[in-house]
Amino acid sequence: MRRGIAATALVATLALAATACGGDTKDANGGAKADGELSGTVTWWDTSNDAEKASFQKLAEAFTAKHPKVTVKYVNVPYGDAQNKVKNAFSSGSEAPDVIRSDVGWVADFASLGYLAEVPADTAKKVDAEFLPQAAASGKYEGKTYAVPQVIDTLGLFYNKKMLADAGVQPPKTLEELKTASAAIKAKTGKAGLYLRGDDSYWFLPLIYGEGGDLVDAKTKTVTVDNAAGVKAFKTARDLVTSGAAITNATDGWTNMQTAFKTGEAAMMINGPWAVADSYAGDQFKDKANLGVAAVPAGSVKAGAPQGGHDLAVYAGSKNIAAANAFVDYMTSQEVQVQSAKELSLLPTRTAAYEQPDVKSSEMVQFFKPAVDKAVERAWIPENGSLFEPLKVEYTKAITGASSPEDAAKAAGVEFRKILKGWK
Amino acid sequence: MAAHTSRSVAKAAGSEAGPDAGTAARGPSRRTDGKAGGTNRPGLKRALATHWYAWAMVTPVVLVLGVIIGWPLVRGVYLSLTDATERNVGRTIGANHIEATYQFVGLDNYAAVLADPVFLQRLVWTVLWTVACVSVTFALGLGLASVLNREFKGRAAYRMALILPWAVPGFVSVFAWRFLFNRDNGILNKILDGGGISAVPWLDDPTWAKFSVIAVNVWLGIPFMMVALLGGMQSIPGELYEAAEMDGASPWQRFRHITLPGLRTVSMTVILLSTIWTFNMFPVIFLLTRGGPGDSTEILVTQAFREAFVTSPRDFAVSATWGVLILLLLMIFALVYRRSLRKQGEVW
Repeated sequence: MRRGIAATALVATLALAATACGGDTKDANGGAKADGELSGTVTWWDTSNDAEKASFQKLAEAFTAKHPKVTVKYVNVPYGDAQNKVKNAFSSGSEAPDVIRSDVGWVADFASLGYLAEVPADTAKKVDAEFLPQAAASGKYEGKTYAVPQVIDTLGLFYNKKMLADAGVQPPKTLEELKTASAAIKAKTGKAGLYLRGDDSYWFLPLIYGEGGDLVDAKTKTVTVDNAAGVKAFKTARDLVTSGAAITNATDGWTNMQTAFKTGEAAMMINGPWAVADSYAGDQFKDKANLGVAAVPAGSVKAGAPQGGHDLAVYAGSKNIAAANAFVDYMTSQEVQVQSAKELSLLPTRTAAYEQPDVKSSEMVQFFKPAVDKAVERAWIPENGSLFEPLKVEYTKAITGASSPEDAAKAAGVEFRKILKGWK
Repeated sequence: MAAHTSRSVAKAAGSEAGPDAGTAARGPSRRTDGKAGGTNRPGLKRALATHWYAWAMVTPVVLVLGVIIGWPLVRGVYLSLTDATERNVGRTIGANHIEATYQFVGLDNYAAVLADPVFLQRLVWTVLWTVACVSVTFALGLGLASVLNREFKGRAAYRMALILPWAVPGFVSVFAWRFLFNRDNGILNKILDGGGISAVPWLDDPTWAKFSVIAVNVWLGIPFMMVALLGGMQSIPGELYEAAEMDGASPWQRFRHITLPGLRTVSMTVILLSTIWTFNMFPVIFLLTRGGPGDSTEILVTQAFREAFVTSPRDFAVSATWGVLILLLLMIFALVYRRSLRKQGEVW
């Protein structure tokens, strides 16, 4: 019994390959009756966090009001395990969802493996015409559209206005200012200045962009994580922790970060709009006005945050593609996007949604919209999601001092080239 | 030995040839039950005739084992000789059809894995982890078993309490430990803080993380060791102790010369089992640290998982290669262990 999981993992590996040969070949147009009325069940795997999931469930289930014969089965899959779970379900075909909420970084991967159904032509046209162009780009692979953008986001510097005021500092614009501010906060309040998430390499991106670097250059097929800017970024990460400007953890980073920020143990953190609803739930932000957001601090070259977000995609093997497409249309409709912007401060992907009063009046949207417009668009390559795993290993090693910044950058480069075969 | 082998081959071939071949089976070392020394047809027939019900009973088990263990094993070995990944195995999903384009590559994967320094790093830590876990678990289990083997008040309650870790599902205990180990909000550091000791980075520092995973695994493994050894102790006849006491043997002498030899068979078995389990102990490492910080607590099994499930496209071939290598290592270990036992006179 004790070796159960290991054995299962091994058998699953083998079984996966075996079952992958016998896919589902059922009629893809099931679900649409002769009169065009949709029916059946649409299973949606949502990856939103604990603070967001209730709102999304409500929105999803409201689909039934428009299509009474369609039942929506809402399943929340924690974001951290989602990529793996989705792949398990898609490759085995059993218990697979009809619609998934996919991180923008996974779409190309899933599409390249044949897991996703192309969106209908008219929807694809709408995506091109009515959505933010950088959001639309994330749903494409080799010129075809596989996903409709649901929300868009980027990272910002969240700060506790009261704590900064008590320490007499302004929200820092650069990492140098951040270090000074952290020292002042520590001296005045005894608390930490910044919580820097150490167990997820997505949080490394602002540091490498700040030094003028990037993980890869897709145009020239070059790995750039280990160039001079990359090394500098690893050094910066290590320096923030050793200098006492930031605290971090190598495990449970999300929970520890949110707890530290919400209880006032740390005055600042780098995070995205998806953390707003959860942050408001904390003691420090009972008065919502106490939460401030600024652009991520600049490194020695510039300030840069990655463009992120989530798209909705339909499983190619779904038995109910027509209903699934209708569900995606609904979930990415202006009405639903405005609702999630109002309740959760998430940014819409439809250009016109920003004209709506509920969206316009949201302070978080007001901050994040210009930030998103300037956000660094990542290379939408299938390997995008895979790069984060080896990068996480090296980032954590560097930030905890288990390996030097130079070694970490070098090792990340080696791992990247293993994944991106044939790249420089 | 060689002569014996060639003879049985000749005989086996002979038995295929004709019914009278069975007469060739002669000699003192010849076995007539049709098991080891080659097929002896009349013997086999007789065995089938007299024990047909036993064969009938065994067949379903053999079939099931063949399907759930044999087939994946064969398939795994085959995959490890190809370059199969998630991208090139054939499949049809809805309207998307992908051709199978993976190829047989011989031992390339093995050469690549063994040449990669990562394999040696993981192997060294896996061996360290196994030795540390098994020895500490065995020592503590033995100590607790000797304590619980005496008559004292509330013995049943203590036994229950010590078996508890075994009754709790593994992932529940590991998650509970993860909360305890949390550096900022964990109870262990809160207690230490009360004693004036600054926070210990239980899971954030490579050395502490190694210590932590071993501690949790020991905690999980003690009940099994204790129960097995306690059972062994209770099967040692009390007269031996009485006689030794009459002869004036001290408690330590009694432990050394009666308990330990008496436990021999049991302890050899539990050490072998425990070694194999610990070597492949996926859940503790994966759930507690995910192999981190960095990759400092990654063992061979979690590395195989990483190859198969974490990076994309999933590399079935390399993962299967790791799996086969792990199996080979454990088989070598079991053989060496058995041989060393046999040398010490254990019939096994």
